[in-house]
Amino acid sequence: MLRYLSRKAAIYLLTFFVAVTIDWAIPRFMPGDPIEGLLSRMHAQPGSEQALSGYYSQAFGFDVPLWQQYLNFWAALFRGDLGVSITNFPTPVSELIMSALPYTLALLLPAILLSFWAGNKVGALAARRKVLDNTVLPASYVLTATPQMWLGIVLAWLFASTWAIFPVSGAYGLDIQPAWSLEFALSFLYHWILPFSALFLVAFGGWAIGMRNMIIYELESDYSNYLAALGAPSKLVRKYAYRNALLPQITGLALALGAVVAGAIVVEIVFSYPGLGTLTLSAIQNRDYFLIQGIFLFLITGVLIANFVIDIAYVVIDPRTRIGMQGS
Amino acid sequence: MSLRVDGLTVYYRTLRGDVKAVDGASFSIGDGEIMGLAGESGCGKSSLGKSLIRMDVRMKHVAGRVELDGRELPIADDAKMNAFRFREVSIVPQYSMSALTPTRKVGTIAQELLESRDVAFDTVKPELVRRLTLVGLSEDVLDRYPIELSGGMKQRTVMVISTLLDPSLLIADEITSALDVSSQRAVGELLVEFRDREFVKSMIVITHDLAILYQVADTILVMYAGKLAEKASAQTIVRAPRHPYTRLLISSLPEVGVRFAETRLAGIPGKPPSLLAPPVGCRFRDRCPLAFAKCEEEPPFVELEPGHEVACWRAAA
Amino acid sequence: MSVTEPPQRVAVSGEAVAGPAHPATAAVVEPGAPVAPQIHSEFLHFALRNWKFVVGASVVLGCLVVALVGPLLTDHTPLEFTGPTDQPPSSEYWFGTTSYGQDVYSQFVHGLRAAFLVGGLGGGIAWVLGASVGFTAGYRGGWIDDILNMLTNVVLVIPTLAILIIVAAYLEIQSYSAEAVIIGLTSWPWAARAVRSQTFSLKTREFVDLARLSGRSTRQILTTELAPNMSSYLLMMFILLFGGAILIGASLDFLGLGPSESISLGLMMNNSFLASALLLGSWWWFLPPGLGIVALVGGLYVMNVGLDEVFNPKLRET
Repeated sequence: MLRYLSRKAAIYLLTFFVAVTIDWAIPRFMPGDPIEGLLSRMHAQPGSEQALSGYYSQAFGFDVPLWQQYLNFWAALFRGDLGVSITNFPTPVSELIMSALPYTLALLLPAILLSFWAGNKVGALAARRKVLDNTVLPASYVLTATPQMWLGIVLAWLFASTWAIFPVSGAYGLDIQPAWSLEFALSFLYHWILPFSALFLVAFGGWAIGMRNMIIYELESDYSNYLAALGAPSKLVRKYAYRNALLPQITGLALALGAVVAGAIVVEIVFSYPGLGTLTLSAIQNRDYFLIQGIFLFLITGVLIANFVIDIAYVVIDPRTRIGMQGS
Repeated sequence: MSLRVDGLTVYYRTLRGDVKAVDGASFSIGDGEIMGLAGESGCGKSSLGKSLIRMDVRMKHVAGRVELDGRELPIADDAKMNAFRFREVSIVPQYSMSALTPTRKVGTIAQELLESRDVAFDTVKPELVRRLTLVGLSEDVLDRYPIELSGGMKQRTVMVISTLLDPSLLIADEITSALDVSSQRAVGELLVEFRDREFVKSMIVITHDLAILYQVADTILVMYAGKLAEKASAQTIVRAPRHPYTRLLISSLPEVGVRFAETRLAGIPGKPPSLLAPPVGCRFRDRCPLAFAKCEEEPPFVELEPGHEVACWRAAA
Repeated sequence: MSVTEPPQRVAVSGEAVAGPAHPATAAVVEPGAPVAPQIHSEFLHFALRNWKFVVGASVVLGCLVVALVGPLLTDHTPLEFTGPTDQPPSSEYWFGTTSYGQDVYSQFVHGLRAAFLVGGLGGGIAWVLGASVGFTAGYRGGWIDDILNMLTNVVLVIPTLAILIIVAAYLEIQSYSAEAVIIGLTSWPWAARAVRSQTFSLKTREFVDLARLSGRSTRQILTTELAPNMSSYLLMMFILLFGGAILIGASLDFLGLGPSESISLGLMMNNSFLASALLLGSWWWFLPPGLGIVALVGGLYVMNVGLDEVFNPKLRET
């Protein structure tokens, strides 16, 4: 087990290293002078170009040799210094990210967990009830082919614009301040439902299909046949099948993380939800490179950590990895 | 206990029609008898064995009746059969190596299985442990996951679990096929021991390997292309078979100690007929060196001597 | 679960590829016995009888026809400010107009073309890369496998959109071909893993050993034994990558990172959203692009499930 986990951890560390390097390298190796490109897009005042150019040279660290720039980057990273945002000058990038993060997590975590749980349960049910199968399956295919932001738009259009049941944007009412109060909590929930649903529904479809197929596969396995031959009730057989089918689904969860995060970003934009997604959009639109880089690194780290957590969960659940027998 | 099978006919449904896997099988097994069921791949022996405990989804019971200890076995009714499974009829499957779910400990599997069949685990656990020891496994097998056990250990564990409720009939389906020769012998001896200790009343041992049957079985039933060819005591089958197919089978076995430098090993030329549309009359006709005109009419499976049944016009003559 | 899962959208069933829901690990399809050369006619026979395949393929073909023929049916070009703003569908403007007076129908059909381009090229590149890496790793094994595996795992874990955002923010994508290339270069790892495990399982099968024993060369083994069994798998993989690339491209365009000089379905959604179309109720502007994607990608996925049943008799419902 330890070997398995340490091997995984090594991969993640390597990935982190690669990601940081990419993050550092891209602005420096892009065609053209990045500072000039920055300045031209900023439509800076004619006179200030010189000063800005100097500032950015220093900020990017172009005034020192390349290898030193690289090391400085790592040093800054360990200090938690992700640079300063250009658009929200002089707010540090890390501060912007930290204030946006809770909202993104509030969307992501329930969406991931609930869609996984519900999707798998429904998928398993569909595997044994023909009627359910014939409705759930096509619906799930449609859902999983749906772009999350479009679903967000449709939900917003229907439930916020046309029938004003839910609010169309924001994380909480304009007249309320974030606080630990019931009023805020309710307002938060009210604003949270639509974006959450957009993420939840699309992911749900995927899990349902996957689980349904896995269950069908597991119900044909040797152990299922053996139990049935000895007269075990189908409830027991299904219980074992579910347990075994869950394992590859958990692996799938790790692989799907990237997609869910991407979905969260675009859905937040649709609802102007003050999380990392909206932050990303404004960063892109304003060419706020430091912010983009910071968000990128943050996402990567988050996904890597989540992957590792899932790996640990997998090891706990699957005795085969614990005992350390390698498959052929 | 006794098993009586009368005209059992089981077909497989396929897209191209019904595969007549078992056609009109009639035989009986006495109390304490180990009957070997032999034949080449595709002859229907596995289907016959399976049909006595649990029909595949694709199988359908077309005709015939099965009686176990005087009671009819409702083999066509999956729900009704459940009362008999594990308690009266049990099976050690071909896939014993993978018959235990990988994500549960062996003991948990046994416990949950027994309790789902309304057997209090605590009452049978001592017996379970006793039998595990008997087959050479220690009690802590129960605390292991299947992946921690070797193939042979899993095989023996499954044998113990399957027979824990002392069924009247045990079907052992190709349980030695994946094993090496010494393991085969050991498993064969275990089967006999189970019968001798009355864990199991009677057995049907399905295999294509006649050598094992000679060691283990009291009687041997030979099948060919879905039909019964010959049934007699193991001694008779091996030393004095009457059906041409059986004789060719026996003679095609290499004898220990005999060198075949000069003579070629005689196989049986040709292959079995398709069971989608089997030929009329004796199904061995095309490959049989003794076939004659009468073979166009299907020979009945009749008793030529006490305890020796053959389906062949030549043998009956 | 079969490999019919799209790269990062759905959790796939186990190693087996089931529906669009399995990630590589869960998605190894158990190929049946070695494939005889009569597979082509048999394939068509079963394929045309499988309603999932037929329905899915028809939808995809329908979209293709619309994409190819649609633009020819109108003289309006997608970006010209041709008419009155915010008009609902009419006989003049079949899908209505945008807030800038552009013809939505024209945008839609051109966007559909872009979707096929991105899906086909992006999916194709990912497919070539993924299949080569996966196959080489699986077949050669040893240290080659270790290195390729590590590479695959590293690229796999990095969220695709994150990389694309970084690259696109700096690179300024000018064309959909370029976007497709970038998408292809980042979404291959899933395919590589799936192909690798499939190659492993095939490599150890008896018929390969038999071929080796009878002295056939590696190339012969590859083409006559492995390729036919892999081909069904590879086809399904391509379809999934195609669909996945379309979805990723749509997200990228929605973020404004795609080419700005032309039109795509994602860009339509972006534009409509930024122009507050949903508050204005201009459903004709933002509904079609999403529906187009749902139809095309959904059609691909369903077609894939049908293919899976055709190639794996065990899954067929008798």
